[in-house]
Amino acid sequence: MADTSYDVLIIGSGPGGYVAAIRAAQLGLKVGVVERQYMGGICPNWGCIPAKALLRSAEIFHYIEHARDYGLVAEKFGVDIAGVVKRSRGIAAQMSNGVGFLLKKNKVDVIWGQATITAPGKVSVTAPVEPGPKGALPPGEYSAKSIIVATGARPRVLPGIEPDKKLIWTYFEALAPANVPKSLLIMGSGAIGVEFASFYKAMGSDVTIVELLPQILPVEDEEIAGLARKRFEKQGIRILTGAKVAKVTKGADNVTATVETADGKSQSITADRLIAAVGVVGNIENLGLEALGVKTDRGCVVVDGLCRTNVPGIYAIGDVAGPPMLAHKAEHEGVICIEGIAGLHAHPMDKLKIPGCTYCMPQVASVGLTEKRAREAGYDIKVGRFPFIGNGKAVALGEADGLVKTIFDAKTGQLLGAHLIGAEVTELIQGFVLAMNLETTEEDLINAVFPHPTVSETMHESVLAAYGRAIHM
Amino acid sequence: MPIEILMPALSPTMEKGNLAKWLKKEGDKVAPGDVIAEIETDKATMEVEAIDEGTLAKILVPEGTADVPVNQLIAVLAADGEDVGAVASGGGAAKAAPAVEAPKAEAPKAEAPKAEPTPAAPAAPAPASPAAAPAPAANGARVFASPLARRLARDKGVDLSGVKGSGPHGRIVAADIAAATPGAAKPATAAAPAASAPAAAPKPAPAPAPAPSASAVLEQAKAYYDAGTYTEVPLDAMRRVIAQRMTEARQTVPTFYLTVDCDVDALLKLREELNRSAPERDGKPAYKLSVNDFVIKAYALAFQAVPDANMVWGGDRYLKLKHSDIGVAVAIDGGKGLLTPIIRKAETKTLSAISNETRDLALRARNKKLAPNEYQGGSSAISNLGMFGMKDFTAIINPPHATILAVGASEQRAVVKGGQLAVATQMTVTLSCDHRVLDGALGAQLLSAFKSIVEKPMSMLV
Repeated sequence: MADTSYDVLIIGSGPGGYVAAIRAAQLGLKVGVVERQYMGGICPNWGCIPAKALLRSAEIFHYIEHARDYGLVAEKFGVDIAGVVKRSRGIAAQMSNGVGFLLKKNKVDVIWGQATITAPGKVSVTAPVEPGPKGALPPGEYSAKSIIVATGARPRVLPGIEPDKKLIWTYFEALAPANVPKSLLIMGSGAIGVEFASFYKAMGSDVTIVELLPQILPVEDEEIAGLARKRFEKQGIRILTGAKVAKVTKGADNVTATVETADGKSQSITADRLIAAVGVVGNIENLGLEALGVKTDRGCVVVDGLCRTNVPGIYAIGDVAGPPMLAHKAEHEGVICIEGIAGLHAHPMDKLKIPGCTYCMPQVASVGLTEKRAREAGYDIKVGRFPFIGNGKAVALGEADGLVKTIFDAKTGQLLGAHLIGAEVTELIQGFVLAMNLETTEEDLINAVFPHPTVSETMHESVLAAYGRAIHM
Repeated sequence: MPIEILMPALSPTMEKGNLAKWLKKEGDKVAPGDVIAEIETDKATMEVEAIDEGTLAKILVPEGTADVPVNQLIAVLAADGEDVGAVASGGGAAKAAPAVEAPKAEAPKAEAPKAEPTPAAPAAPAPASPAAAPAPAANGARVFASPLARRLARDKGVDLSGVKGSGPHGRIVAADIAAATPGAAKPATAAAPAASAPAAAPKPAPAPAPAPSASAVLEQAKAYYDAGTYTEVPLDAMRRVIAQRMTEARQTVPTFYLTVDCDVDALLKLREELNRSAPERDGKPAYKLSVNDFVIKAYALAFQAVPDANMVWGGDRYLKLKHSDIGVAVAIDGGKGLLTPIIRKAETKTLSAISNETRDLALRARNKKLAPNEYQGGSSAISNLGMFGMKDFTAIINPPHATILAVGASEQRAVVKGGQLAVATQMTVTLSCDHRVLDGALGAQLLSAFKSIVEKPMSMLV
């Protein structure tokens, strides 16, 4: 029988949990991870990674469709959805196995089963949802000096529109369709909603998005979201904002939704499938948190800057510890949490500097304050805009549609926010993330040399534009 | 990557310190939290803890080195798995020319040992444009600060060399500037020139213009005395700070003085009764009140009675304080200087609490074991030379304080009471007041309140 007492036990092996486990192992702590179903959590199995694999297929298909624009001839091509899904699932499996390998390499114990914290320092593990990988420890009683809740989140369910896996989907079903539905209704226009809209539109579905708020991509800058909407609509995606799905009636092989719009009118939309993408809620149930008096708020565990809950010895990281519910936020919290436990000088994360990336077509990426929020916060701001059409590389790529928008505090030159739309902007945003974290001012950004010819030059030009100095505009 | 250990700033105003002692040797393993060295500043001896794990590869500043600037590289740690020898030789290079450090880190084992630091081209560190030049600290060392922090500091008139950085490796970030007081760190480099300076042009070391250089003063002094009739005693860090701050106070604070005699017979009687009735704890009386403990309490209560006097100087404004945080000047034995530990919220504390706290702080002050927050700030201070028999004296205000109370000895004097000659025990106190903050009438109110409390000492018990 293995030693069942740990320095740190982590419940959940997602991006928060496994990163925390590896960091703990690096610091010489004895660490175990409890997982009930998916090694690596949602991100590699049913989230970020398989979604990106699907979108890559959609993107390549899109290029082939437009081969003529590049002087190429492509005939007889089409979508093999089974092949697209197979590729995505293969990549998911590869990433999930990779997490298992990393944990093993770092000598992290994996305990397979459903965990409950029975008392401070005590974790009881019961039978898992699915059988575990080789080498995982069985259910039983375990103890640890510190326990980290990293249980993630699951799709939010609206009453009357409960997912049934057949007609009403969540991302699980949407990531592995047997067929491409002819028509698709997507509830919610956050990252998940618009990514599926882009994928299924490219695959040939007739897509309608219904968003409750007045703007799609509600957390993004208004102007960027407006541009995204125009592009989606140009592609033929139908978008209803300020609109609510009041009722859903299921047919034999379709659903009919009654959609009420802001002007009080109501219309009914029939589609083969409905994807509910109305956000996610934290997995806080059946963990024993309530009995221990761990404070929760709106479905998430309440934590401080070092991921401590109100109960000593119990921590929470990632989606379950509250928004923004992003894998990179979870990873970072995992490190902060462990370093705090190890007594290192951990610094709380500045949530304003967490970037967000959406892999719709075109891509959207941002960090910091939107123009509206910067004004609301009382800043006197300078806004720079630079369109991709002024960038040689973007035009050569055939991706001349895009915009980089930067927002500076007029008084101090502090970069308050950056908002991008266009090809590969999810890879560009990190430049601005670094700039914000290093507290650069416009002067340092202006003085930096950006390589030519790259799309990144649009970032430089946007900063120049904020100060009335853009060259290629 | 080798891990650099920098001279830490142990207080916001610390600029340099003495490396008193290394507690680890080259080659020793170091774990986070291990005490690796002791640093002596003007006010205290502090321990330096390791943040990272590794092996102490090279000590670059030997034990006993005085005046090591904050953020100077003092040692290099080799991380686990790194070649200690390679890091040790690389450490020296990093010190001389940081530019050569990066390639070395990538291939720490590649013939590094014999690599003398390539004396990176003559003007390697010189920045191309003056705008990008890092503002040098007063002592010439580079101050690491984010660009935003530099700009905020310039706009606010904060001298970066006096700001303690909270970022990685002590880098000054925007939040540190938000917390800093304009000009407070270094009045000598006043806000005015900084505010109008275009970008961060390198500022010259702040030298008080009219003051002759130290060596000139020394030569002149020596000229008056025959060689062999004196020994030269260099200033230690504390003495240098006292010299600087007191000179600055005398030259910049418009001070006036108020003196009053207090009858202390009742106070002495009360003190004796209280001490006699002290309960025993562990075979010793739980407290032994001194006259000074009563003075502290009375002074604290006087500030509450005259709250307008509880102010400190803030340049373009006053800071009006809520509590009476009373500093007590403590001489370090052997004329080695003085410290002023602070009794916080003294108005809320009992005489016995004040007494015990003062004793503890004074003891630790003498051993230079006070933490910066135990002697920084405060409403005002008390300097008591009564135990040396001094009848009456004036004390120099310690800015930003606006007052200081000089307390003389309690002694029997012939006084006239009701037209009759009588004997009374009296204590003469003199209040030094900063006229920028207090006017004469307000100072007089404060001192009258003090006298009245001292003469009716029962009021200190309620």
